[in-house]
Amino acid sequence: MEIKETAVAGTLESSDIQIMLSKGTDGIAIDLESDVAKQFGNQIKKVITETLTAMGIQNAKVKAVDKGALDCVIKARTIAAAQRAAKTTDEPAWEVL
Amino acid sequence: MAEIKERLRRTMMFVPGNNPAMVKDAGIYGADSIMFDLEDAVSMAEKDAARDLVYEALQTQDYGDAELVVRVNGQDTPYYANDVRAMVKAGIDVVRLPKAEDAEMVKKLDADITAAEKEFGREEGSTMLMAAIESAKGVINAYQIASASDRMMGIALSAEDYTTDMKTHRYPDGAELEFARNMVLHAARAAGVAAFDTVFTNMNDTEGFYRETEYIHQLGFDGKSLVNPRQIPMVNKVYEPTKKEIENAKNVENAIKEAKLKGSGVISMNGQMVDRPVVLRAERVMRLAKASNLIDEEGNYIEK
Amino acid sequence: MKNNVNRELPEDLMKQLDYKPFETTEIGHPEVQRVAPKVTVTTGDDKVVESLEDVVKKTVKDGMTISFHHHFRNGDFVFNQVMDIILKLGIKDLTLAPSSLTGVMNDKVIEAIKAGTITNITSSGMRGSLGDFVSHGGLKNPVIFRSHGNRARSIENGNIKIDVAFLGVPNSDALGNANGMNGDAVFGSLGYALMDAQYADKVVLLTDNIVDYPNTPASIKQTQVDYVVKVDKVGDPDKIGSGATRFTKDPKELKIASMVNDVIVNSPYFKDGFSFQTGSGGAALAVTRFLRQSMIDAGITASFALGGITSPTVKLLEEGLVKKVMDVQDFDKGAAASMKNNQNQQEIDASWYADPDNKGAMVDQLDVAILSALEIDTNFNVNVMTGSDGVIRGAIGGHQDAATSKLTIISAPLVRGRIATVVPDVTTVVTPGESVDVLVTEYGIAINPRRKDLQEALSNVPGLPVYDIHDLQKLAESKVGKPEPLQFTDRTVALVEYRDGTIIDTIKQVKD
Repeated sequence: MEIKETAVAGTLESSDIQIMLSKGTDGIAIDLESDVAKQFGNQIKKVITETLTAMGIQNAKVKAVDKGALDCVIKARTIAAAQRAAKTTDEPAWEVL
Repeated sequence: MAEIKERLRRTMMFVPGNNPAMVKDAGIYGADSIMFDLEDAVSMAEKDAARDLVYEALQTQDYGDAELVVRVNGQDTPYYANDVRAMVKAGIDVVRLPKAEDAEMVKKLDADITAAEKEFGREEGSTMLMAAIESAKGVINAYQIASASDRMMGIALSAEDYTTDMKTHRYPDGAELEFARNMVLHAARAAGVAAFDTVFTNMNDTEGFYRETEYIHQLGFDGKSLVNPRQIPMVNKVYEPTKKEIENAKNVENAIKEAKLKGSGVISMNGQMVDRPVVLRAERVMRLAKASNLIDEEGNYIEK
Repeated sequence: MKNNVNRELPEDLMKQLDYKPFETTEIGHPEVQRVAPKVTVTTGDDKVVESLEDVVKKTVKDGMTISFHHHFRNGDFVFNQVMDIILKLGIKDLTLAPSSLTGVMNDKVIEAIKAGTITNITSSGMRGSLGDFVSHGGLKNPVIFRSHGNRARSIENGNIKIDVAFLGVPNSDALGNANGMNGDAVFGSLGYALMDAQYADKVVLLTDNIVDYPNTPASIKQTQVDYVVKVDKVGDPDKIGSGATRFTKDPKELKIASMVNDVIVNSPYFKDGFSFQTGSGGAALAVTRFLRQSMIDAGITASFALGGITSPTVKLLEEGLVKKVMDVQDFDKGAAASMKNNQNQQEIDASWYADPDNKGAMVDQLDVAILSALEIDTNFNVNVMTGSDGVIRGAIGGHQDAATSKLTIISAPLVRGRIATVVPDVTTVVTPGESVDVLVTEYGIAINPRRKDLQEALSNVPGLPVYDIHDLQKLAESKVGKPEPLQFTDRTVALVEYRDGTIIDTIKQVKD
């Protein structure tokens, strides 16, 4: 999957995470903002990275603003952002669903 | 064929499909059915994100014994097909079709579910469906809709669109819904499926909510669609059986056991034969009594 | 050195400050000696002064202990006015000993710490920028956190020796007779300030409303007051408290509240003449509504409601469901107005409310207390002081004190966002599990195994699932995942006293 444009998914509401995805060149670089970064920062980054990798994205810049999202929400928002960035929202990303 | 289990469906709680906080917590309120909404509660721009979110939540969250329903987008939208496929893959219990107008729409959904079950290797027939009736045409065709598929779990009246279609709006006394409620209910009963009443949105009118719930309970609806978890205990209260009903049902149960012990095909109580409707009603009362915490493990009424 | 809730305490600091480790919630019957303040004799004819600065110059010297009350909450205009003058005068090495610190005071406290003006703090708690500042090592000496009852105890026995108390009041006469009930900036009960008025060597009242002598009812009396200073405004009425505290509409909080009520109603304490204290948080407050209906249904009344008071509690008083309200502070205008108008709502001071070293405090007579928690662990220890990131963001308040009730219920959601409330080990022990009886979450309840009687009474209540607290902890972890452990330095930034003055836990500087 190829990132064609910068895209966002998710909100800044409680229990959500907003993921902004844009083209990158140096692997998956995540800039994470979260009140629980100390306790869950690595886990959040791991979910984002694994999801993108499974979707065939090796390089991306990720800006994530977390409001206490659970892993399933992080994964869902990452999928939505990636599909929007790749302009493939017409067909669900079955490889990760 | 989908196994349409007889179960309590007093409360069907709507959960906006793109709201992580509500999707995550939907299981804690004791709703009989949880309905994740991909349709009206989700803006056009977020249809994809909501579908992903509900899908992931269904994979990971524990919703206990609740029956899980997803309201997909209408068949006239570009989201419908992928909604159905994704939700069948996610293993949803029931797909709810909005704006059902005739049997053809239900048959199309049935076929689409069948195709999705095959595509994703789910057991064929394991997914139920239900239809929301939201127009005059839908009401007139209610029986055809209710009996259009073996997967049919139930039909629901959606009053907001229906009253608009009828060139009226909702009134406190509900007279404008009288015909539709009775049509939907009769269609459901004739087809042997569940019947759900419409939502009541004014959270500040507790009295009005009780009045409407008591009314639809009296008519014979299985339950009600709900917009707020706070309505769940209120509906459950209305559906609580009385002590007398429970004791009577318990006697019927005992008579059944006795007949079984005797090896007799005829169930009798107080010298009179107990026929099948009485048995069915007793079973339903005992289910309600159990869910309402009114009986102990042996089925005896708990004195308060 | 470890204490009885298994907390490692810094030996050198304990020795240096002459502290003993926490052992037990039992207070026993020790004989204690109370202290008395110095009195500068006057007939009182010259107490009113126009210049706050002159009073500060006359009273505050390097190294002293000064105090304030927090009854104006975030509408407080007193603290910053006084501290500005103290800072301007270049006074150093003060110990700040307020009843608590509210958000409006934060910036000024930080400024005063940086200036060397404040070098020690004892408080019920702190939040926001100040908590962050202290947790990052901004204050050299450790903060001492004390409960409201313990503050009263420490003032009475001289551990907190207040040199000058600056007390804002919405009215006073020229001699210093004052109450919290009349004027623009009313807040009702003066409960916490009454200790300062009684025990400080110098008592300075600040008011924007000087009334005719003699002013009644007098909560603070002319016999206690040295100066009455007229200022423009003591507080912002809109920020002191809302009109009437509203019930939560959050379905999760309502669910918890309804289960808390089930616990109370099915406990042996729910009988005519019982007593209770509810907090001011969403779920705790909503309990009042459920309890009201249960009391009507059962035809029973409560002998008293205690603690911080809100309008819903006042409603129960007015309906005759509660006979007396024993009021140490009022959280909204409705509650404050009721203290003025209803003779069955009694103003009580912090000692009467909760002081353990007493000839009986109200909390000792309390049947049911509903309290909150940031964290609770599998030993039922409760943290209301530090956040999940280890940073100070709370207050003991009356938590330790009210927890001595016969039935102490902690009401808290199982998880908040991605943070588990029920954890293997709380970050900071504030209230020992020994005094906590039942935890209520939206998923179900857990009963302290020490309470076999409650296990029995509550085990077969329909719709009230009872869990082992370890299972609730595991359930929480299964939802949010296992957090990475917090990183702290070795430096102690705060000591948490138990209500008897022993050390129940310490707070370390966070590592970033």
